[in-house]
Amino acid sequence: MDFLRPETLAEALELKASRPDAVPIAGGTDVMVELNFDHRRPAALLDLTRIAELREWTDGLRVGSGVPYVRIIDELGSQLPGLAMAARTVGSPQIRNRGTVGGNLGAASPAGDTHPVLLASDAVIEVASVRGTRMIPAADFYLGVKRNALEPDELIVAVHLAPAKGPQQFSKVGTRNAMVIAVCSFAISLFPAENRVGAAVGSAAPTPRRAHEAEEFLASELDFSSPQPLLDSVKRRFGELVSEAASPIDDVRGSAAYRKHALAVMARRTLGWAWQELLSQKNGGGERTCA
Amino acid sequence: MRVNVRVNGEQRQADDVWEGESLLFMLRERLGLPGSKNACEQGECGSCTVYLDNVPVCACLVAAGQAQDREVRTVEGLADGDALDPVQEAFVEAGAVQCGFCTPGLVVAAHDLLDRVPSPSDPEIREALAGNLCRCTGYEKILDAVRLAASRR
Repeated sequence: MDFLRPETLAEALELKASRPDAVPIAGGTDVMVELNFDHRRPAALLDLTRIAELREWTDGLRVGSGVPYVRIIDELGSQLPGLAMAARTVGSPQIRNRGTVGGNLGAASPAGDTHPVLLASDAVIEVASVRGTRMIPAADFYLGVKRNALEPDELIVAVHLAPAKGPQQFSKVGTRNAMVIAVCSFAISLFPAENRVGAAVGSAAPTPRRAHEAEEFLASELDFSSPQPLLDSVKRRFGELVSEAASPIDDVRGSAAYRKHALAVMARRTLGWAWQELLSQKNGGGERTCA
Repeated sequence: MRVNVRVNGEQRQADDVWEGESLLFMLRERLGLPGSKNACEQGECGSCTVYLDNVPVCACLVAAGQAQDREVRTVEGLADGDALDPVQEAFVEAGAVQCGFCTPGLVVAAHDLLDRVPSPSDPEIREALAGNLCRCTGYEKILDAVRLAASRR
């Protein structure tokens, strides 16, 4: 095995072009598990942790793929509340100190915590190779279980995500608060100025996926210009449509039926929280109610 | 490959490091530092927690080569000679050690917490230690130890 240690992105792209079999490693929280258990024996490891440009963000936002979760939580939480909420549910402090959104995207596990947020917030993934740069909408990035749209010579460079234009929420079901792989998860983003809603499910289909019909239903039902308290019937129908968007399986973490049920509950609740936040902003107050 | 790394304030060199090996293996088997414990090898238990450039990480999830030219501080590097670190002292006094296997990781995690948050609340302590498992389930005494160490700062 070779250990490749580029200092710059340009050098990393040259290496990836000449060694497409090299496995990129940043936080190592997925890759090292596979190595430790001998599930994978790549011809080379491509260490991305020395590349400063992957560990920065710029306004707009363009978040480097190597920014660890802890910095997203501590420093980007006000601009990217949904992503920060999802990042808070990743592993443990030790894992959040190392793990990155780029790693979540590279592994492309259907259970990756940040995927539903990226989908619901219209994130665009910037990937690069010596051939140039591609901008891939999150909705086109996930191709199958642990399969993504990367070509063998490409690296994930950054995630482009606009600062939140309205309330965002994320919810995840697991057996405890820390150290769990999601049984299922859900993210919602409101775009009041555009009369639009983003909604996506995680760990409930071969890939993370958007709940298009649920999004369209809310866009037609909600009045963003003069928001009123939500009707229970709207929340319930939204939950049903989110649940219908999923195609989960029975596995060790939970049954398909449970996941469908939990998604409807999470969708209803997160919508309630997000809408309440919007009402509070518009009306300068208001109490959070239980879904 | 050869890895040069600063460990507990000392410049160290490890030879014949396998490219896929973890920082934990290198510390324990090549650099003679068995304080960090090897248990789950998948970042679930926190027994191998060390500082990497002052940030607590699971050493089993860091490739040894990623530590090149970096600074590592293990549980062995917390005491000053024979004088235990206050966190270690508090673990002993509070009886927060049963079989002792999880202790090094918990001591490093607690040490980091108290550096960042001198007087943590109970929820903050629980959150900070959420990645460290104690199979003796001695969590109450561990919480006592962290509270004791915090009270002495």
